[in-house]
Order: sequence, then C-alpha cells, then structure tokens
Amino acid sequence: MASLVFFYFASIILLTASLVVIFRNPVYSALSLLVMFFHVAGLYVTLHAEFLAVVQIMVYAGAILVLYLFVVMLLNVKREERFHGQTNVAMGLGAIMLVESFLLMLQGDTSWLSLEATPNPETMAKGNVESLGEVLYSTYLFPFELASLILLVAMVGAVILSKKGILESKSS
Amino acid sequence: MTVPMSYYLVLSGLVFLIGLVGVLTRRNIIIILLSIELMLNATNINFVAFSAYLGNVAGQVFVFFALTVAAAEVAVGLAIIIALYRHQSSINVDDFRLLRW
Repeated sequence: MASLVFFYFASIILLTASLVVIFRNPVYSALSLLVMFFHVAGLYVTLHAEFLAVVQIMVYAGAILVLYLFVVMLLNVKREERFHGQTNVAMGLGAIMLVESFLLMLQGDTSWLSLEATPNPETMAKGNVESLGEVLYSTYLFPFELASLILLVAMVGAVILSKKGILESKSS
Repeated sequence: MTVPMSYYLVLSGLVFLIGLVGVLTRRNIIIILLSIELMLNATNINFVAFSAYLGNVAGQVFVFFALTVAAAEVAVGLAIIIALYRHQSSINVDDFRLLRW
C-alpha cells in the first residue's frame, strides 16, 4: 500500500517535471510545476513531515508560482523556439551524470539503500510541528535569523531592480 | 513504511537531472528559473527522506532554509528579468551576448 502511494506520487512528479521542460508555452510550464508542487507535498505527508507539506503548498504554490504567472502574463511573450544549440551537449551531460550516479550508488557498501524508516519515538510522541519548532528555535536560531536577513536583502534588491528610474537617473 | 530509502534518492536524482537538462537546453529565462525550482525541490525531497529515515528533524529545518533561499531567488530573479525585458524587450537568453566573446 505504502509503495503504491509512493509510485503514484513519484510517477506524477516525474511526468510533470518533464512537462515543465517540454512545454512551449511558459504558462503551461508554470501550471504543470504547480501540479508537481502539490504532489511533492503529498510525498512529504507520507514521510511524516506534515508541517513542511503545508508550507510547501503555501509558499511554493501560493506565493512563488503566482509570482511566476504574474511575470509571464506581464511580459506577454509570444511562443519562440524552444531549444538552443547546446541541446546535444546537455543531453550528453545528463546521461553521463545519470550513469555516474547509478555507478556511485551501487559501489561499495549498499546496505543503506534498503534502510527502513526509523521514526524517532520522541518526535512521534510530540508531533511534527512541536519537535520542528524546538529544533528551529534552539539549535538553528542563528541561521533562522540569517534567513530573515536574506529575505530583507532580497526584498530591497527586488524593489530597486524593478523600479523604473532609479538606475537610469544615476547612469545619465 | 515499506518503501526503501533508495527509491526516494532515485526520484530526487531524476528530478534534479530533468532540471539540469532544462537549464542547459531552454532559451526562455523564465523556464530556466522554473528548472532551478525543480532542482531545489529535488534536494528538498532528499532532505526530507533522510530526515524521516534517520529519525532526525534537522533535515526538515534545512528544507525551511532552502525554501527561504528559493523565495529570495525568485524575487530577485524575476526583478532582473523585468529589468532585462525593459532594456531589450526580449527574454530569450540568446539575445544577451554582451559579455560573450
């Protein structure tokens, strides 16, 4: 049963991920990425990361993808040629990395590949959100504050980059 | 949970490869950014899988930080795209060859 659920999510994720690259129209690409985000969230639920699944839907599907669709419709770009000259190089590189990763995985000690899930009894008793919050606000407090700094810098940068007139008036 | 660890690793590796091929082959900058999102999601699947199988919550905390960086990257990247479009009225990467020899 569990493997059936996994194979459903995995097949939809792979299908929609390829469609993101294959579709000509950026709107279709963004929408198939939306379907992929929902299925990744489902995969998180099967891995007992319920809070992350909710955050994935809210941040990725709710904020990031809306931003993408907004820009796609703002720019109103007509269809154009899909791939450029380095397609063959990219396919070759992808094939080499695929073979290499399989070789590396099968090399040496492979006992971890069939590792079974070992849920921590402590976190199972407390629940996902509570255990996550305890770790986030104690061990990883400093990176958490740094993340807010990153968001502030990104916000200022985005405003300055997209505002008309700030960069032009300096250069002229 | 009867699914072995390796299935999740293979899945995230394949999604990462699809994103890599998308970045290298597409001409539209917006699709290139979407492919970067694919690669970030592949690493997130890896983090969550290891977190569940090793019984450690720290992996899920790192997914939060990856999420933050993804949001910042999208905001700045789309602002750059809008600035480029205003400058060249094109978002085809082949049109931007100022730094190419």
